[in-house]
Amino acid sequence: MSTQLQEQYGWRIEDLDTDEMILNMGPQHPSTHGVLRIELRTDGEVVRAARPHIGYLHRCFEKHAENVDYPGVIPYTDRMDYVASMGNSLGYALAVEKLMGIEVTPYVQTIRVIMAELQRIASHCIAVGTYGMDIGAFTPFLHLLRDRETILDLFEWTCGARLLYNYNWVGGLSHDVPEGFVRAGRQFLREFDRVTWPELMDLLIGNKIFIKRTAGVGVCPPELAISYDLTGPNLRGSGPARDLRKDVPYSGYENYEFEVPVGKGQFGPVGSCFDRNWVRAIEMKESAKILHQALDRLEKMERADVREKVPKRIKPAKGEVYARSEAPRGQLGYYIVADGAGINPYRVKVKSPCFTAMSIFHVLSRGMMIADIIALIGSLDVVLGEIDR
Amino acid sequence: MDAPALHERIKEQFGDRVLHFEAGAAQPWLVVATDAIAEVCAFAKATPELALDNLMCLSAVDYPKETPPRMEVVYHLYSYTHFHSIVLKVHTPREDAHVPTVEGTYGVANWHEREAYDLFGIAFDGHSDLRRILLPDDWIGHPLRKDWVDPDFYNGMHVKPTQQMADRSMAGEKLGVGPFDVTPPNRHVPGE
Repeated sequence: MSTQLQEQYGWRIEDLDTDEMILNMGPQHPSTHGVLRIELRTDGEVVRAARPHIGYLHRCFEKHAENVDYPGVIPYTDRMDYVASMGNSLGYALAVEKLMGIEVTPYVQTIRVIMAELQRIASHCIAVGTYGMDIGAFTPFLHLLRDRETILDLFEWTCGARLLYNYNWVGGLSHDVPEGFVRAGRQFLREFDRVTWPELMDLLIGNKIFIKRTAGVGVCPPELAISYDLTGPNLRGSGPARDLRKDVPYSGYENYEFEVPVGKGQFGPVGSCFDRNWVRAIEMKESAKILHQALDRLEKMERADVREKVPKRIKPAKGEVYARSEAPRGQLGYYIVADGAGINPYRVKVKSPCFTAMSIFHVLSRGMMIADIIALIGSLDVVLGEIDR
Repeated sequence: MDAPALHERIKEQFGDRVLHFEAGAAQPWLVVATDAIAEVCAFAKATPELALDNLMCLSAVDYPKETPPRMEVVYHLYSYTHFHSIVLKVHTPREDAHVPTVEGTYGVANWHEREAYDLFGIAFDGHSDLRRILLPDDWIGHPLRKDWVDPDFYNGMHVKPTQQMADRSMAGEKLGVGPFDVTPPNRHVPGE
């Protein structure tokens, strides 16, 4: 095979060496976290090159968004990253608010922070839990799903939905938190701090088999990560302590005290699959820390109308905005163009963190063992609903 | 650096290839000559005082009603070192849209450009692997263009049935198109 073709990582059957074989992984493979097909060019157990094929869940969110009005887009955003819907709709609401110059009340901001952080914990429960399952540890997954269930119950209690909430509206929220929410939230945190999190660290993260399986696999140096726009835990696993909640605070995140964990490379080179998951696990603890402060704050606040600032008619003036927020999977960006004429957005583009995380896959997977491919996909924590949109 | 200062620095290097600076916008943007975009990006990343090392987003926008009708490709750049950002835009005609690739500077542009090619039909010159990414390979047309009309057929299958066709099919008629080839099994077919 010519080097030029290898450079392009495109190939034809007649270009293959005698020992090589094309192996299709997916689209229905359970550890591809959705419907993802990866075309592997293998030499025995070693992957010479990999080519991901996406688009199985594509429904052109961006075209939908051009055909409904501004608040009508929010349910569609929920359906992108269906494991962390709160983060998606929050990002969209922030973008439209920035476009229209709406300032939400501190009460709404506090509830938004609570919901976003609960969602982050729930999302990382899925991420780390299914990751353990991918590489052979089944039990932690069940323990983590049990706790995610509590969070979903809190969401259901607040807005009636367990997965797709339509909760963060432009300028406000769909519902106020119910009576007794703070107490229930504290109860969850007590459980989480005392049982779930230490259990997770003992059972999975500190497990010798887990460490052996993940440390040193899929190492991503920081320059490469930034060039491929890895964000969130994937970037922090490689070293840079970049978190939008600290760098460009929104929704009042500047008022909370928390650390930004970064990959330290305790068991091998920095930026491996272990580091990315370790960062996720520590982040859950930090989210709990934010939640403690936010619940205290909410308790002291007067109840207020959460739809107070919701505009009767959402029709931004001509202009455009690019707004980012720190979703559980990384920086979620919305580029919205308003033409000032209609009530529909002229253009909505989503920069999804999973899309960019998947785009680095062909670089990281080169020369890996097939079994490690599974470990790599899981550690990037992709949700195909968001990649395909 | 704020946006005007970034503009000054880029203008100083590229002169009249920076066509326009929109300072009044909430997030100011530079319009760059289409053939210069790859060099501007490489310069913005390599120069230490700019250090725009992160391509946050690359999006295409279709403006058929502008004079002349055009498409824009929008680059949102960000610096992880200095925490400043700038927006670059290039214009390209709607027919035969061509923009140089910035894949050599930002790895992530590979997939973003494939997406723009897929949904808008903008060709990125010098791209290493310009294929459709979200839509199937045999798809015809580019759905995010403003003049897009939903097709009636896909691969010979009728994908947009009308109510009349549905009614006729349910009445037992064999229409001979796509999803209506098969008579519903729970229906009695008159005359058989």
